Amino acid sequence: MRVGAAMKRIKWLVPALYIVFVLLPIYWLLNMSFKTTNEILGSFTLWPDHFTLENYRTILTDPTWYTGYLNSLAYVLMNTVISVSLALPAAYAFSRYRFMGDKHLFFWLLSNRMAPPAVFALPFFQLYSAIGLFDTHVAVALAHCLFNIPLAVWILEGFMSGVPKELDETAFVDGYPFWRFFIRIFIPTIAAGIGVAAFFCFMFSWVELLLAKTLTAVVAKPIAAVMTRTASTSGYELGLLAAAGALTIVPGAFVIYFVRNYIAKGFALGRV
Amino acid sequence: MSGRTPNQKAWWLVLPVVVLVAFNAVIPLMTVVNYSVQETFGDNQFFFEGVTWFEQILHSSRFHDALQRQLLFTAIILAIEIPLGVAIALAMPKRGAWASVCLVLMAMPLLIPWNVVGAMWNIFALPDIGLLGHSLNALGFDYNFTRQPFSAWSTLIAMDVWHWTSLVVLLAYAGLSSIPDAFYQAAKIDGASAWAVFRYIQLPKMKRVLMIAVLLRFMDSFMIYTEAIVLTGGGPGNATSLLSIDLVKIALGQFDLGPAAAMSLIYFLIILLLSWVFYAVMTRDEAH
Repeated sequence: MRVGAAMKRIKWLVPALYIVFVLLPIYWLLNMSFKTTNEILGSFTLWPDHFTLENYRTILTDPTWYTGYLNSLAYVLMNTVISVSLALPAAYAFSRYRFMGDKHLFFWLLSNRMAPPAVFALPFFQLYSAIGLFDTHVAVALAHCLFNIPLAVWILEGFMSGVPKELDETAFVDGYPFWRFFIRIFIPTIAAGIGVAAFFCFMFSWVELLLAKTLTAVVAKPIAAVMTRTASTSGYELGLLAAAGALTIVPGAFVIYFVRNYIAKGFALGRV
Repeated sequence: MSGRTPNQKAWWLVLPVVVLVAFNAVIPLMTVVNYSVQETFGDNQFFFEGVTWFEQILHSSRFHDALQRQLLFTAIILAIEIPLGVAIALAMPKRGAWASVCLVLMAMPLLIPWNVVGAMWNIFALPDIGLLGHSLNALGFDYNFTRQPFSAWSTLIAMDVWHWTSLVVLLAYAGLSSIPDAFYQAAKIDGASAWAVFRYIQLPKMKRVLMIAVLLRFMDSFMIYTEAIVLTGGGPGNATSLLSIDLVKIALGQFDLGPAAAMSLIYFLIILLLSWVFYAVMTRDEAH
């Protein structure tokens, strides 16, 4: 019993140590972003000797840098809106009705998450060039639907199955037409589920780069592509790259903060 | 899924999703299938080759090596991340402000673009200017991930553990928070040990989310590309050339479309098959 009590007291160490491990590389990135490239390459310091905001100033004032962030945000938001709004009626169908091939269809949708993007990069380039969408935000937003729509359907279906069917039946008896019921009553009921689904769509679209890079050239270039180009053309400006990398964490951090109470819930529901 | 009413018109509700996903999935897949049975010498001239490429790849030692590395990598990743994630979730505060703080901080790596993850670990692990590499060498370890295969592998695994264990934690935590307090009280009255509580209450309740965790971690670690190519570029030599890295080397580096396409299809089929096996094994008990 004494051993058990002692273990209970030090239990908090497990998550604490893991969080330290999570934060160390992030700290190193931030540390570098406040240094000049000379200091990074010249010496090893745990804290910037010559603290500078120059790297961040360059990124936030030079259009070749900040348009990269705007491009990424543009296609990520488009993708989130498309994925969630198309997934809503589909998830409703899967949770409420039985129809021909429903189970197979559900597994087929999920199987699209298993296609390695490396496999699809070249055909995607050809497909989107052929329909004249190459180098547009829409192209990336549509391409990311490949893995985000199945995920959104999966999460939303879980939330919807948690809503009693009596809600629908009562509304239909009261004479609500389907779409009015769906938009005015059902969608507000599963607002938390929509938040969770949107979070995961945002996350997977924001972090994916292979397709985003393949489908863009100049106009819709994502921040990741801007970073690799800078790495090769203007020498190896580590301080600048570190600052650019640190800034890519910001949108995600905002989103986590807003949905922090729902993240874990999103997975508890839903079925495989 | 129970108590659903039969309604064929529901197809209209899923139609937009089916059309969009099919557009993205079926057309590129058919393109890959098309390439995989042809030979090209440029100028858009193609010659039918049948299953030549498939035979060639299934017999090539290069593919076997890459596949073995991939299987080893995925096995190590699952063996570390799943138990570690469950342990962290069990030790986390169950609710309250500290639980939120833990979740927010742990979710950070999940929201960082994959090439930034690779670049971040690169500068973190560099032997001269990186915190990890510098400290390890200062402690007397001979560590250089750009030269030594063992260092490269350890760094790659550490990076993936850093990147994805949080996902397992989130899933396991979600499973745990669905257990009513009454269950724990009943266990306390019965004088159940911590192990018994884990084995007979917590583990069964986490089973479903753990299945999702294993499947997601299996699929994603099997498809790892961006982080690994930025961190090690498949090197030193071919030491960390996992399947997708090797595939892109063939497809873009040598521009051998036929073999690359055939390899893509084999790759895809392996993932589908293994996922199905995992799924079947884990749902077997429920069927009885």
